[in-house]
Amino acid sequence: MDYFIELFFSGLSRGAIYALIALGYTMVYGIIGLINFAHGEIYMIGAFTSFIVATILTILGLPLLAIIVLTGIAAVVWSASYGYTIEKIAYKPLRHAPRLSALISAIGMSMFLQNYVLLAQTSDFLPFPTLIPDFAFMEPIAHIVGSTDLVILITTTVSMIFLTVLIKYTRIGKAMRATAQDRTMAMLVGINVNRVISATFVIGSSMAAIGGLLIASHIGQINFYIGFLAGIKAFTAAVLGGIGSIPGAVLGSVVLGLTESFATGYVSSDYEDVFAFSLLVLILIFKPSGLLGKADTQKV
Amino acid sequence: MSVKLNKKIAAVAAGFLMTVALPGAGLTADTIKIGVAGPHSGDLASYGLPTVNAAKIIAEKINASGGINGKMVELLIEDTVCKPEIATNTATKLVSDGAQMILGGICSGATKAALPIYLDAGLLVISPSATNPPLTQSGEYPNFFRTIAPDDAQAQLDVDFAIEKMGYTKIAVIHDKGDYGKGFAEFAKQFIEASGKAEVVLFEGVTPGQVDYSAVVQKVKQSGAETVIFGGYHPEASKIITMMKKKRLDATFISDDGVKDQTFVKVAQENAEGAYASGPKDTSNNPLAQQAVQEHKDMFGTDPGAFYENAYSAMLAMTNAAANAGSTDLAALKKALQTVPVETPLGSITFDEKGDAIGVGFSVYQVQNGEWVELK
Repeated sequence: MDYFIELFFSGLSRGAIYALIALGYTMVYGIIGLINFAHGEIYMIGAFTSFIVATILTILGLPLLAIIVLTGIAAVVWSASYGYTIEKIAYKPLRHAPRLSALISAIGMSMFLQNYVLLAQTSDFLPFPTLIPDFAFMEPIAHIVGSTDLVILITTTVSMIFLTVLIKYTRIGKAMRATAQDRTMAMLVGINVNRVISATFVIGSSMAAIGGLLIASHIGQINFYIGFLAGIKAFTAAVLGGIGSIPGAVLGSVVLGLTESFATGYVSSDYEDVFAFSLLVLILIFKPSGLLGKADTQKV
Repeated sequence: MSVKLNKKIAAVAAGFLMTVALPGAGLTADTIKIGVAGPHSGDLASYGLPTVNAAKIIAEKINASGGINGKMVELLIEDTVCKPEIATNTATKLVSDGAQMILGGICSGATKAALPIYLDAGLLVISPSATNPPLTQSGEYPNFFRTIAPDDAQAQLDVDFAIEKMGYTKIAVIHDKGDYGKGFAEFAKQFIEASGKAEVVLFEGVTPGQVDYSAVVQKVKQSGAETVIFGGYHPEASKIITMMKKKRLDATFISDDGVKDQTFVKVAQENAEGAYASGPKDTSNNPLAQQAVQEHKDMFGTDPGAFYENAYSAMLAMTNAAANAGSTDLAALKKALQTVPVETPLGSITFDEKGDAIGVGFSVYQVQNGEWVELK
């Protein structure tokens, strides 16, 4: 039973990691129907920004809490500005072009960002500073849930609540929902659609930056390529949960994380991807729009 | 038009004859011809060219001091591009050009393809870098020797270390699903099972680049393993060892020379402390190794590249054997290689009956205070 609980929490924290990235995919898809393949790279840039800022602040000798907060802010601001700029450069000019053009543009942007970080920084793995200390009160159960796992779970939950409130109850949230439902109509009733789209990219990128910061301090290393696999897995999770749906992205991520964890634990880690993607295929066969997705054929 | 064409053909034919005629001139002089085969162009050239340099340096030294038993050394340098189909052509050319001994085969695949041709011609072949185990162990190529340890030597060393020295009886073997890592892990598994003193409680592959390895670490813990033998490279190794510490798993960590890298210590930081890994024996304190590096700097102005010391040692062993045997007859050379030790940058070496160098190989290292330290 202990083993089951250990695997459950392993899967849960992995799912929470996926969820932070998947939220960005699903929000952008919900608003403009684009799969933003450069999103994994935003996460990677968030991790790199955190690395640079945290290293500098550690040298300056600031207290740990201040380092975490300032690093988080820097990563969010920097990644959000990347997200904003990418949208303006790579997607906005193609908004009325065929969908495939924007998709290719996204893939190109992803490759560009990877190679840009490779050239501007390094191809080596870098050690990420230990930002989240081992809490004393967690020690009795540290072999099951570590301190970083706890922080990731809490942050994901808080982000999720924050996003739900933002979308349900604020002006910009209402504008986002309106744009998602019908962009032309939203424009006609006076919603500044361009601003809504920019805001979506900024929020999605901020989530990815927080994800980058947390995951990097969880596994303790980063390089320019970390965004690729994490991005693919998060995208899978978003599709699993129903792309375009925010609770769906979180549910999909948790389901994917748990599947991988149990597949590793009870079968073999050689087959974790086989199980993850078989599950995806099965769910899409029986529920083509994903777990919580709306059956909305006109979008596709 | 046709006259012009004929003239061109005649010119080409004349040029061809001249190039073919040239090697014939060399036969009159009393020389020992050593063929140097390896990738000298293409993407693997950086593995082959240091061997050419080593051969040139030693040939020059020997010729300056009067040759081998009075015979000058002549090098026949031919490119294989590390491709089996080209390596066979290269071998045929070297044999027909009158090579008496061969230094090379850099890549295992190309070396294996060329070996039957050299064997038919009765030529000794010493490779500085072909690590594929069956090349020596199969017994098919009695003319083949090498100055590098075969791939399975590391796995054998790590398994012996875990079982004999540390006394572990439950071992988890994990790999990164790659050729190198999985190959190592499979050898390790095989040796553990063959020993009869320990059991493999877990044998699994992880996906490189995966966001976290906590599930597989939990599985190791569940299996009750006292140590993890990992086959792969340092990025996954540092992630796994960090996760082992985070999940409070106190099994030790033993790995290969893909992990024995300073980057591993730099990235895993204090979590790397106490980890073991095998790596090539440290030769930097050997005066001959220092001398070999210095000679390279003097002659070529740069630091030597991959397998330089292995190639230097192979060339020394080969020329030494020829001097002791008094001929380049294969049986006499083999006897000399197997019985007369030769001082090389890799230490004093002889060869076993299968063709592997005795005394060349790997040591176990441990991370102590942030540095890899060789365990004696």
